Amino acid sequence: MLTININGSDRSVDVDPATPLLWVLRDTIGLTGTKFGCGMALCGACTVHLDGQPVRACVTPVSAVGTAKVTTIEGLSADRSHPVQKAWIELDVPQCGYCQSGQIMSATALLAANPQPTDTDIDAAMSGNICRCGTYQRIRAAIHRAAELAAKEQS
Amino acid sequence: MNAQPGRNALSRRTFLKSGAIGIGGLVLAIDITGCSKRGAKSAAGEITTTNAWLSIGTDNSIHFLCDRSEMGQGVYTGLVTLLAEELEVDPRRIGVEFAPVGAAYTNALLGGQVTGGSTSVRDAWDKLRIAGAQAREMLKAAAASEWKTTASTCRVENGEVVSSFGKRFTYGELAAAAARLPVPADIKLKDARDFRWIGKSSTRLDTPAKVDGSAIYGIDVRLPGMLYASLAMPPMLGGKVRSFDDAAARAMPGVQGVVATSTGIAVVADSWWHALQARNALKVEWDGSASAALNDGSILRGLKQAAAANGIVARKDGDADAALAGAARVVRAEYQLPMLAHATLEPQVCTADVRADGCDIYVPTQTQGAAQAAAARAAGLQPGQVNIHTTFLGGGFGRRLDVDFIPAAVEASKAIGKPVKLLWTREDDTTHDVYRPPAYDTVAGGFDRDGKLVAWKLHLTGPSITARVFPGAVPPGGVDPFSVEAASNYPYDVPNVLVDWVPHEVGLDVGYWRSVSHALNCFVAESFMDELALAAGQDPAAFRRTLLAKQPRYLGVLEVALRHSGYGKNEPGRFRGVAVMEGYGTYMAQVAEISLVDGKAKVHRIVCAVDCGQAVNPTIVVAQVESAILFGLSATLWGEINVQGGRVQQSNFHDYRVVRMNEVPVIETHLVASDESPGGIGEPATALVAPALCNAIYAATRRRLRSLPLTRHNLA
Ligand code: FES
Ligand code: FES
Repeated sequence: MLTININGSDRSVDVDPATPLLWVLRDTIGLTGTKFGCGMALCGACTVHLDGQPVRACVTPVSAVGTAKVTTIEGLSADRSHPVQKAWIELDVPQCGYCQSGQIMSATALLAANPQPTDTDIDAAMSGNICRCGTYQRIRAAIHRAAELAAKEQS
Repeated sequence: MNAQPGRNALSRRTFLKSGAIGIGGLVLAIDITGCSKRGAKSAAGEITTTNAWLSIGTDNSIHFLCDRSEMGQGVYTGLVTLLAEELEVDPRRIGVEFAPVGAAYTNALLGGQVTGGSTSVRDAWDKLRIAGAQAREMLKAAAASEWKTTASTCRVENGEVVSSFGKRFTYGELAAAAARLPVPADIKLKDARDFRWIGKSSTRLDTPAKVDGSAIYGIDVRLPGMLYASLAMPPMLGGKVRSFDDAAARAMPGVQGVVATSTGIAVVADSWWHALQARNALKVEWDGSASAALNDGSILRGLKQAAAANGIVARKDGDADAALAGAARVVRAEYQLPMLAHATLEPQVCTADVRADGCDIYVPTQTQGAAQAAAARAAGLQPGQVNIHTTFLGGGFGRRLDVDFIPAAVEASKAIGKPVKLLWTREDDTTHDVYRPPAYDTVAGGFDRDGKLVAWKLHLTGPSITARVFPGAVPPGGVDPFSVEAASNYPYDVPNVLVDWVPHEVGLDVGYWRSVSHALNCFVAESFMDELALAAGQDPAAFRRTLLAKQPRYLGVLEVALRHSGYGKNEPGRFRGVAVMEGYGTYMAQVAEISLVDGKAKVHRIVCAVDCGQAVNPTIVVAQVESAILFGLSATLWGEINVQGGRVQQSNFHDYRVVRMNEVPVIETHLVASDESPGGIGEPATALVAPALCNAIYAATRRRLRSLPLTRHNLA
């Protein structure tokens, strides 16, 4: 039995410690918002936060989580009220939407570390997240918009 | 969509039982027995069906059954908008669910319940507006009879019928009575001037579920008692299992069974991770003899040999061969294109729940009817015993027009006796795609003594997708229409035109890939157009302009793209190339702007002018253009699937590259206002990227690239 903290609650799971966090989240716990695209840390669809840092859950053994707090797309907000989610809705970013949980988790981590990212910062932070539907232009605009929304909320 | 597949079971059953009646070209699945389902209760209250797409509950809930698959292109929003416009209800008030298999849902442009070919809005444009209008009139008639007046004195407003005295009924209050009324045959549709929602940008209805992780894709389906499967498929094309030893796999944790299916060996376990680990422990001896000699070289040689024959004529104006023979000057070229994978971000996946008396299939598919047929065959059931539940699709791009990933899930569920979700790995997906066909084409243009272009001949060679996917659909000696797009509609004013096509199978399965043969043929036709301009000593844009003088819609987009792109402006180090095309009833021109950096083309900007007729939701149209352009850009820059000894060489995103955030050029989309009926928008923009880009590269380097991807060419 392993206990990990997911979206604020402790969850005990009976899995092989080598199991990637992605499959514990999806299959064992039933949080399917985090997606699988490549299994090799190449696409970012499985991005979640460990203590606020973006990681690829597909290559993170559950045993490596330890006491770190895991945040998934489901834990970002209860009501799509995170500034990144609001900006995503406002600019209608998703197409098929499959990559978007990962995009949003990467973007929220970026903004937490760097509240006013430049385009170059966005390139650096987001180039690990593939969007096969090519929503990048709107993702970029939405990250800038989320930065504005977050700044407003602060003030 | 609903997270719980069972939640819409009520309305689905209702529709399945309903008789289908054809009325004036429209098929409405009207339940003639009307009252019989009044006993059917759900949490939403009584559900009343007025037609195949619409159900209105006594609690005033309104549901739209979306009969096209949502794969990012926006049907979930666009189609409900069409119906809502005539129903006079804000589309945001309408709940959307995905439709089951049904005759009413046939796509008239494709002849099946299919989402593809950029047809959804074109097919639905009249159909769903009429359905909305008929329902509206039936609701009005029901209110009128209640008020003992005539329907013409009533009007509708925001989901209510209002009498001339200001009395009101909600649609929910009228629905049961309305469903018993005859469907009106004579319907007047709104004038475009009066549209409240069509033509206006509004946020997508599926966005909220796609920003909080709640949208259910194929991979997310969870059923009580469900098991997970991974499938060991032959590592070579057309391979077979010779023998296998599953002792080690069966001993692995969580494994519930190993099933030899028609497409590979499925390992079924209590989690997908367990299934995958155990699959890797299988010892399989494969028979790869069928494709051992298949490789890139043999495929190209085969195409070139086949190209020696005359093709089947797809377009013939005048006598191009004679005109070429008599021309003062002839330009000839050969072009070649590689195979490509679709690489939907969600790998192929299917969940099957097979029972003795029927089965339920939960699947991201673009083709519900074919999915049903494939599942029925695999389960040994009648198609009518198979329910197809369509999930959101994590990308389609034509990949999910094939149903090759369905039978193994069905066979595994049947053998194990439990629901099974069978998910491919990325490597499975890349190596077992139905690839975009390779092509080898020759093209010639002839000028007369006065320098006028008098002949154009395009000789295409490649495999037929349609002949494989729809056996019998392409008659012997007939043309596969999906092989000659962006060729048979050659728009330039040239008296002698010949397009012919040699069907040649290449020894592997080819599939519909976003924009299909437009992406192949537009590259050839529009690159060669620049070659002809060069021969004529003219600027490529000016050369096109003259020859498009009788084509206002082509000319319209060409001028808009040129104007916005700064084409012709002298900016040191910046180079531009142009391409134009009509596809799916949509006219487009693109200008690519590049510079050369370290012997490579760096793409700075792509300007795309679009005349797609009336745009139902302009923001979705623009998104589709951006999406399609980046799809074309990935292919142009890096896309190729190579085969050696029958084995596909690429496997994951490290060797099958797609565009990432830091590689995206500025994309500018300009919509040309139009009153024409809508054209398709999901695909066409993909096809113009390669020729526009290669024409820009020519402007920069004086080198004509006649094959792709660009990684094959060193521009230094
Ligand atoms: S699934 Fe983890 S990075 Fe692709
Ligand atoms: S929205 Fe489809 S992969 Fe990004």
